[in-house]
Amino acid sequence: MNIAIVLPIFIPMLAGALTLACWQWRNVQRWLSLLSGTGLLLAGIYLFIQVREQGILVAYMGDWAAPYGITLVADLLSAIMVLVTGIVGLSVAVYSLATMSQKHEAFGYYPLLHLMLAGVAGAFLTGDIFNLYVWFEIMLVASFGLMILGGERAQMEGAVKYVTLNLLSSALFLTAVGLLYGYAGTLNMADLAVKLGTGEQPGLVTVIAMLFMVAFGIKAAAFPLFFWLPASYHTPPVAISAVFAGLLTKVGVYALYRVFSLIFVQDISLTHHHILMGMGIFTMLTGVLGAAAQFEVRRILSFHIVSQIGYMLVGLALFTPLAIAGGVFYIFHHIIVKTNLFLISGIMYRYHGSYELSKLGGLYRATPWLALLFLIPAMSLAGIPPLSGFFAKYTVIKAGVLEGAWWMVGIALLVGLLTLYSMVKIWAEAFWKPLPEEAKPLRGGEDPNRYLLYLPVAVLAGMTLTIGLGAEWFVQLALDTADQLLTPSGYIDAVLGPIEARSRP
Amino acid sequence: MENLFAFVIGGLYATALFMMLRRSIVKLVIGLMILSNAANLLILTAGGLVRGAPPLIPDHLERVTTTMADPLPQALILTAIVISFGVLAFAVVLIHRAYEVIGADDMNEMKSTDS
Repeated sequence: MNIAIVLPIFIPMLAGALTLACWQWRNVQRWLSLLSGTGLLLAGIYLFIQVREQGILVAYMGDWAAPYGITLVADLLSAIMVLVTGIVGLSVAVYSLATMSQKHEAFGYYPLLHLMLAGVAGAFLTGDIFNLYVWFEIMLVASFGLMILGGERAQMEGAVKYVTLNLLSSALFLTAVGLLYGYAGTLNMADLAVKLGTGEQPGLVTVIAMLFMVAFGIKAAAFPLFFWLPASYHTPPVAISAVFAGLLTKVGVYALYRVFSLIFVQDISLTHHHILMGMGIFTMLTGVLGAAAQFEVRRILSFHIVSQIGYMLVGLALFTPLAIAGGVFYIFHHIIVKTNLFLISGIMYRYHGSYELSKLGGLYRATPWLALLFLIPAMSLAGIPPLSGFFAKYTVIKAGVLEGAWWMVGIALLVGLLTLYSMVKIWAEAFWKPLPEEAKPLRGGEDPNRYLLYLPVAVLAGMTLTIGLGAEWFVQLALDTADQLLTPSGYIDAVLGPIEARSRP
Repeated sequence: MENLFAFVIGGLYATALFMMLRRSIVKLVIGLMILSNAANLLILTAGGLVRGAPPLIPDHLERVTTTMADPLPQALILTAIVISFGVLAFAVVLIHRAYEVIGADDMNEMKSTDS
């Protein structure tokens, strides 16, 4: 068994259990949380290096060989996602030391956070579609707890929608898993890829594929199914919003990438080029239009999660190496940028005690450094060169041009412009305009925790710059990942062994 | 047998969706409850229904030779029941708290965070 694959799941799960055991001792929980965040990041780096050197890694739980036992698989996409999870986990662990109130911590913030990270890492690493469901649920149950931490009215309203739609999506996911098992008689993803590749009844497979698409589409907040996200993501404490915004929807996107590159590739012109493409285009457009209509920082950012999901979906929909690479690049760039923006909105809140743009102002004069730190991820989100978002958008759009998908290219460019508009709106209102009369500055630069607040923000901004300036290396990485995703035989061979060695009773 | 199950499951899905579309949050939770049970029944049916044939290998044989029930759907459903029961317990507590905080069980009263 390969320890590198197990560690990213084991560390946060252990931390969740230990912090739960230390319920009474707040300081112990905080240190454990930091330790686990660091450990998860190191495990992610270790896994990434291993996968980079040795190719796809596989671990069989309890030594039961592939189609029968539980399998954990780490290919480049999984490894990248786990690494980014580590980055987000550690930044949020540091940031929440400064922002979480004692009340929130007393109700189990740290155990829930780490169990959620364990669920996310598990979902990225599993090679079995039913276990994907189980990891999704672990992640969701923990996120439900985080969502209502504090129990304010807005949180309750948001949570009712969040819980309902996610449970609906889980039920659809389970339905699809059941039908798939009835059809193929296996749940191992590599084995499914083999069985469905030679199967009859392509119509039934397409129906199952659509069920998966709806289930994951709800979780990823794709076009007709995204309304729970802007209704709920702005309600919990900001550190929780940040980790949700960064990671949770991307687990849905990851699942779409995995399932629609490995298992459901029978009818690409219908499932990918038409349905996913339409979903992606409308997701981009509705998300950005929703954001343009908002005047509250976290609501604007929530709608932008939706619109950026659209870019990732069209990357998958085009299904060429370049497009998939663009989508993968977009995913890791977006997780870092979006987490950072939410963390910065939390700092803005600490200055004036509001997220409403009309009650914010004069932040540029008060904290030029914060203004600069905001500008980096904001412009990256809008796709201004040389920041990371530019290369992400450029790769996706170039792939669209090469494929002649002109509608998508046109909309993607328009959405980029509107994203810029939203970011400039936040900049002009919160940082540039003078402080309105009615707003009272709460705490100026004398915040006792400001180093804890600024450290993760600065590090994430530095990462955005690194990805942008060193784009060649990262694009190459994304191309390698796309290459792995588009040749599923590598994945199948790694899990089931080479074709000639496969024997079936 | 399969046909009967197909109708039952279809009915459960329809009932669940109907209940979820009502305005009362209590009915919403009942809908979720029915939905998860419908999904479990569907797994059982799709995995193949066999009456009274446990997946046991007799002492003197190496492998099962007669018809047998597939143990995997049962394992899957067991997992899914545990999960959905836990999640449902959470949902019940949530709507109770939501009812206390908001003072209404009507979804139309819960629109302040929508945009």
